[in-house]
Amino acid sequence: MSPIFEVEKLKKSFGGLAVANDVSLSLASGDRVALIGPNGAGKTTFVNLVTGNLTPDCGVVRLGGATITHLDAMRRVRLGLVRSFQVTRLFQDMTPQEHIALAILQRDGRSGRMFGSFLAMPDVMSETNDHLSTLGLLELADRKVREIAYGQQRLLEIALALALHPKVLLLDEPAAGVPQSDTGRIEQALAQLPADLAVLMIEHDMDLVFRFASRVVVLAAGQIIFDGSPADVTRDAHVREAYLGSYANARSVT
Amino acid sequence: MALLTNRESAAAPRRSSRYSRDLIGIAVILVFAVLGYLLFPNNLALLTRITAIALLVLSLDLVTGYCGVATLGHAALFGAGAYAAGMAAVHGGITEPVSMVVIGALGGAAAGLISGLVILRAHGLPQLVLSIAIIHLFHEAANKASSWTGGSDGLSGIAPDPLLGLFAFDLWGRTAYVFGIVLLLAVFIVLRQLVRSPFGMLCRGIKEDPIRIRAMGGSVQATLIRMYVISGAVAGIGGALSAVSTQVVGLDSLSFTLSAESLVMLVLGGTGSLYGALIGTLAFMWFEDLVSAANPFHWLTMVGVLLIAVVLFAPRGLFGTASALAARLWKGRP
Repeated sequence: MSPIFEVEKLKKSFGGLAVANDVSLSLASGDRVALIGPNGAGKTTFVNLVTGNLTPDCGVVRLGGATITHLDAMRRVRLGLVRSFQVTRLFQDMTPQEHIALAILQRDGRSGRMFGSFLAMPDVMSETNDHLSTLGLLELADRKVREIAYGQQRLLEIALALALHPKVLLLDEPAAGVPQSDTGRIEQALAQLPADLAVLMIEHDMDLVFRFASRVVVLAAGQIIFDGSPADVTRDAHVREAYLGSYANARSVT
Repeated sequence: MALLTNRESAAAPRRSSRYSRDLIGIAVILVFAVLGYLLFPNNLALLTRITAIALLVLSLDLVTGYCGVATLGHAALFGAGAYAAGMAAVHGGITEPVSMVVIGALGGAAAGLISGLVILRAHGLPQLVLSIAIIHLFHEAANKASSWTGGSDGLSGIAPDPLLGLFAFDLWGRTAYVFGIVLLLAVFIVLRQLVRSPFGMLCRGIKEDPIRIRAMGGSVQATLIRMYVISGAVAGIGGALSAVSTQVVGLDSLSFTLSAESLVMLVLGGTGSLYGALIGTLAFMWFEDLVSAANPFHWLTMVGVLLIAVVLFAPRGLFGTASALAARLWKGRP
């Protein structure tokens, strides 16, 4: 199957520090890939580079076979490359319903309409409610975002990304900051993602990674040091070294 | 299916309650307008001036209250409308009042486009500085082009035709007042539609988090420029009303002082609400008129004290605080 999303030899350095060094990666429709790595490995930088929020020094990003490296962040979203944020970025004074409706209107090119409320657009309303009920947020539809729990805001963040009908979804730590008791609900939402969607998830919680991903990519110091199955990742010597340093080696030698 | 009908019936009353709130708003404006006409028949010129400034403050609310743009140069849009209407009458011979207002709206929209293109290049304090530069440039341009604008003497000799060919602009200012209220109501109804529309929602989103809007594929810059042009048209209508009613346009309509005062009125009433803009204008100008008559020496001090009191004790403005209180009382009901 030809890849829907490809990154080829992406490079970026800040001053002398290479934060992405020859990073190549490809995803096919339906892939569930986890991107892991120690702190400062360049995971969020990688997301910023492929979504167009940072400009790479060199390298190519392709979506559905077409090169999108020269496009700005906005156009990449419109082509179906959608991200979520590590720390939720929601409109505190707006309701979940307004969030989803705005995403739908934006996706359909109707967000510039200057008359009529979305409440009077039956197609927008029914799709909005579908998205909210899928993630169990329908009862909160009319509350302001700042009044709802952080775990629910996390779910809304996912719903918002899905309402844009992405082809490729980049999830930057979807469970970050959520109490342990609520991560189950988020995991359930991740399990319900559309089957044909290609998902790249950055995550620290290894249990979540193992349950979600069919493939794991490890990034360390701006380089991909492992790309393979979850079963193999813990046995890989490079990965152990990147995570645990020479301490692991010292232990394994003795 | 049952779920769907439930949702629709839940949405319907919300929609109708929003429209009935609009009708109440329109009714309240009308009642105040009629009361003003009956109670202060000798002060209609002041009331018309308040109406014109209310249009400026509404226009400022569109960019500051709804989009989060910081500006101290918004009178540029008002003054551009006033001069456009005035020059059309004096130099172009267009003295039909409705046409003058249309020309004022176009002039304001053009000024909105120009200042939007400049101001929106920056954010925060640099944005504020650019807006101050804009108002000074507009002011200086009007001052220097004195053969067109009358310079510091003002542009006089504006003699509008009778409104609709029937109602002459009388010495008491009755026609101008009614004309102003009709314009204000029309603008208010259009803006209520605008702020509720998908475009209005997009603007509120930009105010809260432009990065999120970009991550949704929305164009922040293009949206803000469009809002600036609309805002310019509204301020331009206010400027044209001022030109038609006073029959003179002075440099003060393009001044930094007017820009700053309009921001003060907006904050006083409450940003991000059309009602706040109207209440802020009315409260500020009425208070100014009252205290300047009561104590011509210390009235500015009193205005200053009022502002400090509002900012300290009602930081959301008169309307914002009152509606928050009302909402709390409403919630507390058994």
